[in-house]
Amino acid sequence: MSDPAQLYEAILTGNAALAEEVTKAALEAGVAPTDLLGKQMIPAMDEVGKRFECNEYFVPELLIAARAMKVALQILTPRLAEAGAKAAGRVVIGTVQGDLHDIGKNLVASMLEGGGFQVVDLGVDVPPQRFVEVAQEKEGTIVALSALLTTTMTQMKAVIAALETAGIRGNTKVIIGGAPITQQYADEIGADGYSDNASAAVSLARNLVG
Amino acid sequence: MGGVLRALLADAPVLTDGAWGTQMQARGLEPGTCPDAWNLSHPERVEEVAQAYVEAGSRVIITNTFGGTRFALNRYGLADRAGEINRLGAEISRRAAGARAKVFGSIGPAGVMLMMGDVPPETLREGFAEQARALADGGADALVIETMSDTAEARLAVEAAKQTGLEVVACMVFDSGRERDRTMMGTTPEEAARVLVEAGADCIGSNCGQGIEGFVSICRRLCAAAARPIWIKANAGLPEIIDGRTVYRQTPEGFASQVPDLVAAGASFIGGCCGTSPEFIRAVGKKLSP
Repeated sequence: MSDPAQLYEAILTGNAALAEEVTKAALEAGVAPTDLLGKQMIPAMDEVGKRFECNEYFVPELLIAARAMKVALQILTPRLAEAGAKAAGRVVIGTVQGDLHDIGKNLVASMLEGGGFQVVDLGVDVPPQRFVEVAQEKEGTIVALSALLTTTMTQMKAVIAALETAGIRGNTKVIIGGAPITQQYADEIGADGYSDNASAAVSLARNLVG
Repeated sequence: MGGVLRALLADAPVLTDGAWGTQMQARGLEPGTCPDAWNLSHPERVEEVAQAYVEAGSRVIITNTFGGTRFALNRYGLADRAGEINRLGAEISRRAAGARAKVFGSIGPAGVMLMMGDVPPETLREGFAEQARALADGGADALVIETMSDTAEARLAVEAAKQTGLEVVACMVFDSGRERDRTMMGTTPEEAARVLVEAGADCIGSNCGQGIEGFVSICRRLCAAAARPIWIKANAGLPEIIDGRTVYRQTPEGFASQVPDLVAAGASFIGGCCGTSPEFIRAVGKKLSP
């Protein structure tokens, strides 16, 4: 008989096989899916984020934890839906037009999924209008923009302008990140948030939907 | 150690070159376009950059092939031209170098992540091997694997590059952790040295990621961890974004003032990475042979 608290450990240590086993066993034993999510999984990812931010964890630990989280979430999702629970929020993410780099964007997307968000990943070189189309599909969508190059980061401003033109800027939050991005730049172009790492992007997104 | 490195190190420390991307932008490379493709379309301008470093005193220049694996070129739809782009890159630098400098063929990260399952290790290794063969065919004297963050990827690149029979330099970026002495993946200089030497690197080192001050202790640690010459290419400080443009505030003289400390820490090859220019290399050269 496995203990649901093992799920916390499994995610913290990035043990996907254990995460799967414990999640299934806990559900069979009648543990509420919302309890598993709220008491084990999300606190585990929060701890992963803390360890990353204080340099105890690095990118590999972050990635394997997010992967273990995803495995458990996939098992839980149908049960959570039955229980009427909703995703933490919806995010459309992509690397801006003219920029073809995706390692950072993929990391953020993984961490957001691990954080319980529904993530629509548009890939790289995404035109402003594409972000608008997907944001329009559901009110309250967060638009997450990535750029590696100083020459392409200016496209972020174009996405914000396109959201304004489409009349949905008011109920669409925009968060940005990438090597050349700073809080100052986020303020300058009127983005709603900036994070300098994949882990902090999750808390940022949570604060914006919360 | 084989012939090329040994001959250079007979008169060490060896002055290498500086940044290429910014030099090509100054010659009209449009931001967001593929720098490596200039080997096909603007070989004369690429040669100017190489020439500028030879004239600044570089005894080793690299090639305009940093993004020349088929994976990195694939972003621009140029994967199938990898062989040609790398061969030309080596030929261009070779022409500029003449007998005055050695040409080290540049191999950068593939832009994919093994851990994310973006590409199987065997496929990645074959991509590096293809690039390394083309650089060797173009006349590279040695190969330099640069700006690596992931030792797993660097290991594959070193193993593939060694298949050419050329000597191989392998460098990592240490820019993470409290002391900025870890790679993005959390690897220390000691661990990186172990992996790179085990993979067959003839020379190990570090480039990019931070200003030259931060390289002194990294250099010392790499040197202590491996019986290999050390290659160091630091950035011109940390960039600032002013009005949407990247600005490096460090001066060539400020950069060069750190060079004696690097030499004392065991550096055998010294040059510059992002933000540096032929002026920086001249200033470093003055420190090395006043």
